[in-house]
Amino acid sequence: MADIILNKIYVKVWRQNSPKAKGRFETYQVENVSQGTSFLEMIDILNDKLIREGKDPIAFDHDCREGICGMCSMYVNGHAHGPDTEVTTCQLHMRKFSEGQTIVVEPWRAAAFPVIKDVMVDRTAFEKIQQAGGYVSVNTGGVPDGNVILIGQDDAEEAMDAAACIGCGACVATCKNSSAMLFVAAKVSQLAKLPQGKIEAKKRAKAMVAKMDELGFGSCTNTGGCELACPKSISIAHIARLNREYLSAKLSD
Amino acid sequence: MSSFLSASIGRKFLMSITGLFLISFLCIHLTLNLFLTFDDTGTLFNLAANFMATNPFIRIMEPLLALGFIIHIIWSGWITLENMRARPQKYAYGDQLLSWWAPAKNMFILGFMVLIFLIIHISNFWIKMKLTGDPLLKDVVVDGVEMHNAYALVSNLFLSRWYDLLYVAGGILIGLHISHGFWSAFQTIGFSNQIWLKRLKFLAIAIGIVFAAGFSYIPLYFMIKF
Repeated sequence: MADIILNKIYVKVWRQNSPKAKGRFETYQVENVSQGTSFLEMIDILNDKLIREGKDPIAFDHDCREGICGMCSMYVNGHAHGPDTEVTTCQLHMRKFSEGQTIVVEPWRAAAFPVIKDVMVDRTAFEKIQQAGGYVSVNTGGVPDGNVILIGQDDAEEAMDAAACIGCGACVATCKNSSAMLFVAAKVSQLAKLPQGKIEAKKRAKAMVAKMDELGFGSCTNTGGCELACPKSISIAHIARLNREYLSAKLSD
Repeated sequence: MSSFLSASIGRKFLMSITGLFLISFLCIHLTLNLFLTFDDTGTLFNLAANFMATNPFIRIMEPLLALGFIIHIIWSGWITLENMRARPQKYAYGDQLLSWWAPAKNMFILGFMVLIFLIIHISNFWIKMKLTGDPLLKDVVVDGVEMHNAYALVSNLFLSRWYDLLYVAGGILIGLHISHGFWSAFQTIGFSNQIWLKRLKFLAIAIGIVFAAGFSYIPLYFMIKF
């Protein structure tokens, strides 16, 4: 199939010099973009043009560019990771856009994810939640045989589904309450379904939820937006499990 | 315990429990109100209203119900305020994932409109029946028992087409609120999984439709018949 070239598109992007600075939108014109180009490559082309013009390039997070590192946090045309399903921004392609279109690019908007520069946000809050309880106890000594602990297929599958979370923050960005419940639910769920996670189960749910509250994320009102935006399609059924884990831990206090 | 009730999940837990309690009340309320349409002499409804007014269990439940409403309303305001603070800077190009009217996105607004309806509803009936009295409530005797003529008060109000329409709107608002609130409550108390999520969502819409249709049917019945 012949490659289709977008002769002209407009990128209306959030520019903010530093965390404290006042941000504003700026619109740039980008020419001759192949629809086979990835969204980040299009930003690279734009940045190249800005550098050649002596302007400050757009700061954005990116790393693996294959949809697993969860770095490329961009809110494109009202969608976290852009108008495509089950992809991160790096896996979004220009075929999702049309000739002459204005593409609005914003950073994740949440009090807990402050903007560092332009569309780059600080997602350290997720690390802090993870550090509060997202770990398991292990025995020291020799490497244990992987087959010693038997785990049912269904449990293993469900734990793996939750473990697919890459911590990109699309759930927080999409949620109208900036709630991190899907992230915390995935991190609690992946361990709650496995025998290895049982030791800290009670402590984990309480500690991670307390940290989430402390960092200024909102409460979950079950709109389900997070599940739709999640590039890994993590189900909100995991949120029900987190609620169960949390409530039973609180009851046994 | 106080840390539980102020924690995000604790606050939501309280919303769920009170919400489910209010839904159970609405089931009884709707059932009794439908008696208005079964008997145009009003005897059946007056008997039901008198039973509710004199039954000791209902008398105990009445303050609990008021408490349920108050907690549900105050906590919803608290949660909404905190949630707004979690996103100080809004998106220029808003959320495109759910339709603007989706009940899930508008629970506070829907709840607020239901609250306005509730205030009008209470001033229409409860205040007159319990506090101020009304000439229309003049006692009637059914099977040798003296009781308020609650039917006269209701049927007289529904002679107004404006009130008919207001009560239809009230029914629809409650239906929309519950079409999300019902499954959301179960999700929050942890009673949900991949399979039950679908069942609960279906049930929530079904219950929402029953409430919306049921509560709207009563004013529509009076509107068409009288």
